[in-house]
Amino acid sequence: MQTSKSLRVDIWRGGEDGWFDTFSVPRQPSQTILDVVTYVQRKLDPTLSYRFSCRVGMCGSCAMTVNGKPRWTCRTHIDLVEEDGRVEIKPLRNFPIVKDLAVDMAVFFDKWRDAGARFTPRDGASLEFATVDPQSQARKEASAAIECIGCGVCYSACDVVAWKPDYLGPAALNRVWTLVNDERDADPDAHLRPVAGDAGCHACHSQQGCATHCPKSLSPTASIAGLKRRTLMALLKGQL
Amino acid sequence: MSGRLELWLFAAQRLSAMVLAPLVLLHLAVMIYAVQDGLSAAEILSRTQGSIFWGGIYGLFVIAAAIHGAIGLRVILREMLAWRGAGPGMIAIAFCIAVLALGYRAVGAIT
Repeated sequence: MQTSKSLRVDIWRGGEDGWFDTFSVPRQPSQTILDVVTYVQRKLDPTLSYRFSCRVGMCGSCAMTVNGKPRWTCRTHIDLVEEDGRVEIKPLRNFPIVKDLAVDMAVFFDKWRDAGARFTPRDGASLEFATVDPQSQARKEASAAIECIGCGVCYSACDVVAWKPDYLGPAALNRVWTLVNDERDADPDAHLRPVAGDAGCHACHSQQGCATHCPKSLSPTASIAGLKRRTLMALLKGQL
Repeated sequence: MSGRLELWLFAAQRLSAMVLAPLVLLHLAVMIYAVQDGLSAAEILSRTQGSIFWGGIYGLFVIAAAIHGAIGLRVILREMLAWRGAGPGMIAIAFCIAVLALGYRAVGAIT
């Protein structure tokens, strides 16, 4: 529902010690946050830096903090978030700022690597189709977590990441949970060791900020809880 | 080793929580009963002194609280103060010993 002809947009500029610039953007039907940011860059200030790619909620490039909450901006309509004709747009929390709304995602994906969130097929798996029972518990667990687009919204929403910067974070742990439940993987249990350490799944306080803000409605909290159970069982069996 | 230590601490904290939960409820029920019934200190002590049951209950309570609180304190120190190294662990051990000592002093006084 369009309520006024223009929108006041406060956009973060600069780096960590930056400031807000204010712009007036004309309202349009079905206008998204990304539309607004793009309008500002194309029409009002070409020096504005931000990141996007697919514009349809698949690539995970365009997440920003909108009115204090992390969101995927290409699929978030202004109508959903504007407050009295105003919107505040900042870069994602918990990431180093490159410039304006663009953040450095390296730390985020480095943690996927550190968590061992990499699929390694078992011998011969590439020579034949894997027959995975869609009704098996493992397949259901993996399916519930598999649609992550790597947007960083959960990482930005996570207070544990803010308090404990070496924490692997919800997205990496969620990815590991899919691999632990992947029967095509060479050694699913081997994925438990990297996430059983100080920065791993047990650092999660189950506050569910990740699940609350995930644009794909995933629950990394549930995946992490699964990892907690599985690592504990492995410990008791002497496998860690 | 660090991973295994963290895992054991996680297990100990969850296990101690499972023990604490019913004991806290029992403790609250006992307190409410004692207050509502207007029991004097002497009457309470006459019920608890020499009781293996109450000694066992509160002895277990002290152990669970000491373990649970100490592990939680270690996490708080590490996260809220960004304190790395052995410091938080040492403080947690000291806290655990202090709770055990004070707790068993209290248990000894009523049983």
